[in-house]
Amino acid sequence: MGRVVAALRASTLARHLLLFVVGIVFVILLTDSLSDFHDYQLATLGAYLCAVAGLTVLTGTNGQVSLGHAALMAVGGYTVALLQTRFYDDGVSGVWVLPLSLLAGTAVTAVAGAIVGVAAARLRGPYLAGATLALGVALPDITSHYSNTFKGDQGLFVPFDGPPGELGTFSLEHWQSWISLFAALVVLFFLANLHRSAIGRNMRAVRDDEIAASLCGVSVARVRIGAFAVSAAAAGLGGGVLAVVLQTASPGSFDLVLSLTLLTAAVIGGLGSLTGAVWGSIVVIYLGTFIRDRVDNLKLSSASAAKLHDNLPNAVYGLLLVVVMLTLPGGIQGLIRRLTALRPHRSTTPTGGST
Amino acid sequence: MSRFIFLTFNGLSFGAVYAAVALALVLIWRTTRVLNFAQGAMATATAYVAISVTQATDSYWLGFVAALAAGLALGAVVRLTAFGTAEHAPALNTIVIGVGMLILIEAVVGMIYGAANRDFPASFSTRTHAIGKTALFSNQNIFTVGSVLALMIALAAVLTWTPSGLRMRAAAFAPEIARLLGVRVGRMLTLGWALSGLVGALAGMLVIPIGLGLYPQAMDGVFVLGFVGAVVGGLDSPVGAVVGGVTTGLALSYASGYLGSDLTQLAALVLLVVVLLVRPSGLFSGTPVRRV
Repeated sequence: MGRVVAALRASTLARHLLLFVVGIVFVILLTDSLSDFHDYQLATLGAYLCAVAGLTVLTGTNGQVSLGHAALMAVGGYTVALLQTRFYDDGVSGVWVLPLSLLAGTAVTAVAGAIVGVAAARLRGPYLAGATLALGVALPDITSHYSNTFKGDQGLFVPFDGPPGELGTFSLEHWQSWISLFAALVVLFFLANLHRSAIGRNMRAVRDDEIAASLCGVSVARVRIGAFAVSAAAAGLGGGVLAVVLQTASPGSFDLVLSLTLLTAAVIGGLGSLTGAVWGSIVVIYLGTFIRDRVDNLKLSSASAAKLHDNLPNAVYGLLLVVVMLTLPGGIQGLIRRLTALRPHRSTTPTGGST
Repeated sequence: MSRFIFLTFNGLSFGAVYAAVALALVLIWRTTRVLNFAQGAMATATAYVAISVTQATDSYWLGFVAALAAGLALGAVVRLTAFGTAEHAPALNTIVIGVGMLILIEAVVGMIYGAANRDFPASFSTRTHAIGKTALFSNQNIFTVGSVLALMIALAAVLTWTPSGLRMRAAAFAPEIARLLGVRVGRMLTLGWALSGLVGALAGMLVIPIGLGLYPQAMDGVFVLGFVGAVVGGLDSPVGAVVGGVTTGLALSYASGYLGSDLTQLAALVLLVVVLLVRPSGLFSGTPVRRV
């Protein structure tokens, strides 16, 4: 026993692998006991978590702000939709089809992210935020201009095989939550290893002081482009999974609101922390549902109830963003760390350096 | 040729609006190094104020004035509540606060007025005048360009010739020295935010009637185009913002007229990226200095 603990302490990879396996067991047990509705919510959570984890690495660890991550998710989502349609039309089926599509979506988005990253590497702070915002806003233009391929506002249908027969009676939502949460665990596993590697260290060095980092032999541009590609890959997988969960890829499901929601989740959870990404995703998925349920119980007139139902969660998120940034820049994870303080404080949030 | 002329006038009219948004951004950027991502949402909120006042009083122009006043007030309130304490924080913090205010303002507007797209009356007729078969411009276009021009001249006059304007420039140029000489720097910055809110509100009142319609996210796209205008001109220069805004308006009008009307935002993205990569400090800036 002692040797196992010592081995885990010595090897980051082993520790993360153990967490990964624990996560998978937890997901299987959790989704089994929940209703279809809650499984579906978990499936959405998994898709968000992929993208939020990518964004928190980009913005928190590397200091590059993106207000257009939903556009990168869209790249992944549309790739998966096009591939799945193609497979389906050609009558190709098998357990490997969907993983292949998701992998292709991830790869295509990583390339797209690297291209965006080349431009982004020369931009700083507000300029980068504005440029990525413009990217997010321009996305519906692309889908409507090339409406032969992307079917405009209506979007593409995503056909995929349901749960395999060996699992017995197994609902579609249950299957979707497995796909989605497994993808999220894979993303977290890879990003956690990256975070603790030399690449992650270089990212933080570039975030904190570019000039010092380049004097130490770190190629600032390469690190920044790489961070964008990695973050885009995570977002692309999230987008692909979201397309599978929604069974459609349309501009409406990858809009500006989603981009801002991802940033909200990353900030509330704690920028730069993958655990924080989990907290943040849980908050944006479940706090919204919680508030909407309370509104529905208020017995208001239908018009004002609908307005509150649609907008009150966003008002709370907006307020939370401002309050968290002003009073608690480390987010939930920062708060937990401060409260427990079991380990010596290791700052991973960009609170001091110039960005 | 007649199409070119029409597109030019159309571009000038939209360019005036983008110039106003750009100017609103630049007014804040050069004093506090904050890029206000809530600018568009603030303008939308003031347009809703205009609709309410117009309904209550039956007077369009009272609503128009109320929107401008609301812009002044909202600008000051937003600085005092959210941005004021974060002005020396890293850029990331103020960006996130701006995004938070953007989400909050749009949600509050949605809670009060709902998400439905409302018709928003234009100040003047939007029917296009024509000479022979050449379509030119509408009265609304003339009013758009005229009112933005008038506001800019008024702003320039206030900043150049009044004691308050001098104090504002001093607070922006050298805050510490200005403070030593008795200028209430914080108050001057709040005044700058208020003026920026006013300029943004005017932009909203002018652009929402032509083709947009009023809904809580109405100004998101216009905000991006105004940002592009500000970057084209250089975020530090008010004159640059105006020229950049008009340039953006013309470029996008030609792009959507000749390439396809659904390409406006895409063309804006291309323009933004090209300008940022070729001349990041803007076409009209002085010597570029990288702030370390």
